[in-house]
Amino acid sequence: MAVLTAKAPAKVRERRPAGWSRMPKYALATVLVLIFLLPFYIMVRNALMTRAQVASPEWSWLPDPLSWVNFGDLFADASVPMAHALLNSFVIAIITAPVGTMFGSMAGYALARINVPGRRAVFTYVLVTLMIPQSVTFVPTFVVVGAMGGVNTEWGIIAPNLFSAFTVILFRNFYLRFPAEIEEAGRLDGLGYLGVYRRLVLPNSGSMIASLGALMFIESWNSFLWPLVIGQDPSSWTAQIALSTFLTAQTINLPALFAGALVTIAPLVAMFLVAQRFIVRGIAASGMKE
Amino acid sequence: MAVSSPSVLSPSTSTPAAPAKRRRRKVDWRAVGAFTLLTAPVVIGLGVFKYVAIAWSFLLSFNDARGTISLGKWIGFDNYTFLLSDPAFRDSLLIIALFTVFIVPVTFVASLALAVLVNSIRRGRAFFRTVFLIPGAVSYVVAALVWKMALFNGLPSGVANVIGGLFGADPVAWLSETSPPVYWVAVVTLRLWLQVGLYMILFLAGLQAISPSLYEAGELDGTSKWQAFRYITLPQLRNTSVAVLLLILIAAFQAFDEFYNLFGTGLSGTATAPVKPPLVYLYDSALGDQNYGVGSAGAFLLTVIIVAITLLQGKFVGFGKKD
Repeated sequence: MAVLTAKAPAKVRERRPAGWSRMPKYALATVLVLIFLLPFYIMVRNALMTRAQVASPEWSWLPDPLSWVNFGDLFADASVPMAHALLNSFVIAIITAPVGTMFGSMAGYALARINVPGRRAVFTYVLVTLMIPQSVTFVPTFVVVGAMGGVNTEWGIIAPNLFSAFTVILFRNFYLRFPAEIEEAGRLDGLGYLGVYRRLVLPNSGSMIASLGALMFIESWNSFLWPLVIGQDPSSWTAQIALSTFLTAQTINLPALFAGALVTIAPLVAMFLVAQRFIVRGIAASGMKE
Repeated sequence: MAVSSPSVLSPSTSTPAAPAKRRRRKVDWRAVGAFTLLTAPVVIGLGVFKYVAIAWSFLLSFNDARGTISLGKWIGFDNYTFLLSDPAFRDSLLIIALFTVFIVPVTFVASLALAVLVNSIRRGRAFFRTVFLIPGAVSYVVAALVWKMALFNGLPSGVANVIGGLFGADPVAWLSETSPPVYWVAVVTLRLWLQVGLYMILFLAGLQAISPSLYEAGELDGTSKWQAFRYITLPQLRNTSVAVLLLILIAAFQAFDEFYNLFGTGLSGTATAPVKPPLVYLYDSALGDQNYGVGSAGAFLLTVIIVAITLLQGKFVGFGKKD
């Protein structure tokens, strides 16, 4: 009897059409999708409500009427220079991402492909900095950047983030697997090391540059601790700092705050969707982000 | 030519001289030049912003550096003893330890489960993957804003309380309630939402690298789905798992953004729970009190703790083992 009952369900499961057995899986995935999208929905909902609606103790699914005025309020608030902060964030990320990726590619290529005495020492020198936890170094870095006069400047925010040991190591691993024939062909054509790198290697590193560049852009746009430490003056605030200040202000204009959140994530989410292919590859290759 | 002529003249001395000459000739100065040029930015940058910074800060940690970042007043280990005897610092270590105990296993299991789920889905896999990944583009500041002002704001119309109300639960003041410390729900779910998709991608890459023939062989042996997961999937994901664990752990220790924005400076009139992990404590002492000596000492204590625990965990789960 025991044997029979144990066998019967297994056979039934086999005979059932394949589509039905996957139903719970899709149902679960759909529920998870709704949970993951909930914060985004809340952001949009609250950004389009009036202040009275947001403060109301009654729950409502949709704002009625839609109040677009919050986006105007966001930029009109004199105590938080939101427009300028967004510009700062953009300038910082648009410099940090390509320059940082470029430096990483250059050093990564040299460490992988140019065999000179002392190469191992340079590699170790880069590797050791990975051991030191990133965000703990904000005090030491503040001390140095402060001494260099970088407090409240954009370069003070940008400079320390241009040099990423992680990016160097990932590029090195990428170039170790790079086809040697391309470089040999270039050298036969009379190109030096730098010529081979600039004319042949770099143009063939597009996917890696796109993937790490996108990740660096996201990291720079979203970074909070370092810009908070070094940019205390409102003129050097980034979008994240401005939002944080908004969050702790004396009188909070809640819908405008949510409008600010939307404005801050919109460019990144858009970029994320467009460049997803590269970003996924980059994350899979590095497991980085922080 | 230069090598062959002395060997003809005196074979006895040529043997020690030859390797030296060959080694010297091997130094290709054009290669050295290119190498130096290509690595210079990173070598100099890391030198200034890591090595010099850390050396300077290390010296500063033995100085009375209140309101100054220049060296001068040597006070020995006073900054370190001050920190270790400050209850607020010890509390911060306890908070981060608790946070780690919550967040590491939860994130690990959730991201693995999510990866297995997405991997087993045929139709619309890209859609599900994208949705789970997209919070990774959101900053901690924005997430903290949504969590603090909408999901867990403690008002009856707050989302968590609305959902709880559907099940007949009374409204909870999520972030200011310390006994029981329900604020952990907000802290953990926030980070989970932001990060789980990123680790899911790592597991997905690992899952797709497993050869299907292993599962076919298992099917022939009549293994159940759970057995296949336990005896094929998990062992095959070993390296990915170690990497993910390390990344989650290191990220947990460096928590700052969400704590600062959820609890840092409360709304006027609302008492929020005083939850200060070490980095927030350091920020307050270095940038708030302008005490760079204590800030530097704290940075070193934390670095030592993090490196020690990372190495220990690595040893525990077999980090560095090659299979």
